Amino acid sequence: MSTRKIFKRNQGATSSPKSRLLGLATLFGLVTLFVFAFFLTDPDVRLHPTTGEEIGQFDAVRLLYLHVPMAIIGPYVAPLVGAVASVGYLIKRTQWWDVTAHAAIEVGAIFCGLVLLTGSIWGRPVWNTWWEWGDVRLMTTLILFLMLLGYLALRRVAPDGQKQARRSAIVAIVAAINLPIINRSVEWWESRTLHQKSTLSELKIEDLTFFTLMMGIVVFLMLFTWLVLHRFRLGWLEKESLEQDVLTSIEERRSEATVNEEGTL
Amino acid sequence: MTHLGYLIAGWGISLVVIFAYVISLFRRARSVAPRVPLDRQRWMTSSE
Repeated sequence: MSTRKIFKRNQGATSSPKSRLLGLATLFGLVTLFVFAFFLTDPDVRLHPTTGEEIGQFDAVRLLYLHVPMAIIGPYVAPLVGAVASVGYLIKRTQWWDVTAHAAIEVGAIFCGLVLLTGSIWGRPVWNTWWEWGDVRLMTTLILFLMLLGYLALRRVAPDGQKQARRSAIVAIVAAINLPIINRSVEWWESRTLHQKSTLSELKIEDLTFFTLMMGIVVFLMLFTWLVLHRFRLGWLEKESLEQDVLTSIEERRSEATVNEEGTL
Repeated sequence: MTHLGYLIAGWGISLVVIFAYVISLFRRARSVAPRVPLDRQRWMTSSE
């Protein structure tokens, strides 16, 4: 089936007028971000103070507008939303919180995986390495990614129901403990990371670069919201479908029993 | 433009993965939705 048909037929599944509006705004934002990242911002070229030689990241810096927004959402926003929703589930014990946590963590796992991948691709021309096992920020992010995968695996293997939701919620909360460690790792283990300290908070980057980066963060937050919304609705449909299956089975058993009783009489 | 291969790989893989995920979400939703009554799909019955 063609992509166009899938999008069109989804209108009756997880879409709503507001979600379609958000989707269109996100798409427009992504196209604008692409134009800014590739055509309006300058490459990172500086002159060496003594030799006068051109140094910097050159065009590889254009990966900044992709990697950093995803690095804010994948390892921070998504697990945080997942952990808050998990706490909400443990307190309220309603499906809404459970499905929200699942949606946020599934989308977060995708972004987290892409952060590791784009970081590796960016690291090759800039740091001359694809991967550095001794880098604490890389390792803590990798651990978080594995924990998010663990959460998703647990949701598949554990028996369905409250027990599954409770166990998953605990894993999501434990995974969130990693967030401040990832954030502070470049400060705590300064000598054991290739990553630089935050340049965002100290405004050490140029105006248009900063604007494009901020736009990237906003656009990816919109994308995250849109994805979580659709994943939430899918999760809700799956739960409802399961309940419908159970109700149908009960109805079938009842009618079978009635037929058998009538037969005996 | 320098480092074009890295840029295509970074941006290309990310956008393809996200797009593939969106398609998979829509396909799964399309297969589950008919089994759920419309009054149980809250976003379909809201006043939006």
